Amino acid sequence: MALTRLRRVFPALAKPRVRSAGSANDWKAALVFLTPWLLGMVLLTALPMIGSAILSFTSYDLLSPPRWVGTANYQRLLTRDPRYLQSLEVTTVYVLVSVPLSVAVALIIAVSLSATTRTANFFRGVFYLPSLLGGSVAIGVLWRQLFGSTGLVNSVLAAFGVQGTSWIGDPNYALGTLILLHVWQFGAPMVIFLAGVRQIPKEVVEATIMDGANPVQRFFRITLPLLSPLILFNLVMQTITAFQAFVPAYVVSDGTGGPVDSTLFYTLYLYLEGFRNFRMGYAMAMAWILLFIIGAFTALAFWASRFWVHYES
Amino acid sequence: MTAATKTSPPGRTIRAVALIAVALLMSYPLLWLASSSLKPEQLIFSEPGLIPSAFTWSNYADGWSRLGVPFGAFMLNSAVICILSIVGNLFSCSLAAYAFARLEFPFSKLAFALMLVTLMLPFHVTVLPQYIVFQSLGLVNTIVPLVLPKFFAVDAFFIFLLVQFIRGVPRDLDQAAEMDGCNKYQIFFYIIFPICRPALVLVAIFTFLWTWNDFFSQLIYLSQVERYTAPLALNLFIDATSGESAWGMLFAMSVITLLPLFVLFVIFQRQIAEGIATTGLKG
Repeated sequence: MALTRLRRVFPALAKPRVRSAGSANDWKAALVFLTPWLLGMVLLTALPMIGSAILSFTSYDLLSPPRWVGTANYQRLLTRDPRYLQSLEVTTVYVLVSVPLSVAVALIIAVSLSATTRTANFFRGVFYLPSLLGGSVAIGVLWRQLFGSTGLVNSVLAAFGVQGTSWIGDPNYALGTLILLHVWQFGAPMVIFLAGVRQIPKEVVEATIMDGANPVQRFFRITLPLLSPLILFNLVMQTITAFQAFVPAYVVSDGTGGPVDSTLFYTLYLYLEGFRNFRMGYAMAMAWILLFIIGAFTALAFWASRFWVHYES
Repeated sequence: MTAATKTSPPGRTIRAVALIAVALLMSYPLLWLASSSLKPEQLIFSEPGLIPSAFTWSNYADGWSRLGVPFGAFMLNSAVICILSIVGNLFSCSLAAYAFARLEFPFSKLAFALMLVTLMLPFHVTVLPQYIVFQSLGLVNTIVPLVLPKFFAVDAFFIFLLVQFIRGVPRDLDQAAEMDGCNKYQIFFYIIFPICRPALVLVAIFTFLWTWNDFFSQLIYLSQVERYTAPLALNLFIDATSGESAWGMLFAMSVITLLPLFVLFVIFQRQIAEGIATTGLKG
């Protein structure tokens, strides 16, 4: 059942709640405690969602009143806007390459750090730091220099006699530098894996050693199946975040998505349409398609998980 | 002894060497950023090494005042937004978490599920209409749109984190307090809230990290340079220095904006790692 699967991946959904005989006054208190959240839910989430759903069928420039255009925004996006399709392609490539790559690196590093020693914890810190800083403008600045024509990468390459190019200025490589930036931030999923690796019962490991399994066999027979729920979790969370990536592309491309739209991330194009060109209705249609895409990807991941995610029952 | 410690000695050596190599490769750009911020401009391009052959503070001094407004003002703007966001999240998320974890009320399961769904919602779906409303209220170019939502528990991640923590607190405590005549409000303020301290520290840390690094919402809401936050100022810096070679200053200001994150990381490293591990918070 879908819900039970969900509960296994997101433990908070499972609520083995033993209730005290709930007093009748509970719900009044609950209402008081939940007031801020309820207000936020209605005023900052539900109503804006309804608003943007409606406005996505209009043409609205913030100055004159919105004008109803039916499904024209959606039609134009999906059939007649090459820049939009480009942004969709760029973002999809970014997600499909950088997410599996960073999750794989995170997994490998986590497995090699499984010992709970001070050294392992030191390494954990070193590997985690980039994911703490990586989303900032400052790191975007650093990336501009590293992969610029006179950047650090090229001066290192020059030492080996290789003539580099401006990696961020070349449409063939610009997206690659952003993928690298994402992979550089593998620390967050790694920390999650590490917690999982350290929970693998040592009896299980010892039993397989007795059976003569080598480290590679142990990894594939024990570690990987036991960590598969966490792999799913990390893939889903990383995918959701990666689809919404904005800062690196904005900073590296001066807010243009260039060169020749090679780093035009979905949310960057949404920003440009909504807040530079003031096509609010159009941008809202984009936001709704994004929501749909993320929902579809998540559903697909959960559906596919039945074939490879292993749960201890 | 865990799985990995049982590898053969040569395997262990290879693994150690590989780990050190990866660690060096990953941290090199950060170390180089810090060292280059102390180099004279022309050396940034010629020196891929970490030890500057010449040393100068001028990048920091020049960068600090390069935008007309001292860079400290931008840091202060960021800090104000961060502090207010922390207060808002601590207040609103702990209240909601207590209700979800401890109180019985109609539709509680539905409400909880709804709260979890908002975790996955791309915020672009709500940010545009919110912008329109804040604009019609004349609140664009103030910090209100950036801070106010935090007082209404929009960061569902933190509710989730606190709910999990409160569920781990023995109910006997509540019941004992109830016997002593405490009502739900008193139980929250005198028992649950204080006991949640470790989780609240995490909420505060992550609110700070995310708010400090936030760029999109600050970019759309703040338009006046005096009100710019550190990331906006840094972005402006790129534009202001385009056409001239100002990597030294740019690096120096980058280091300054990263410094609070780094300090926080060093102090709270263990809590941050545990927080991510138990709740799956993004980094």
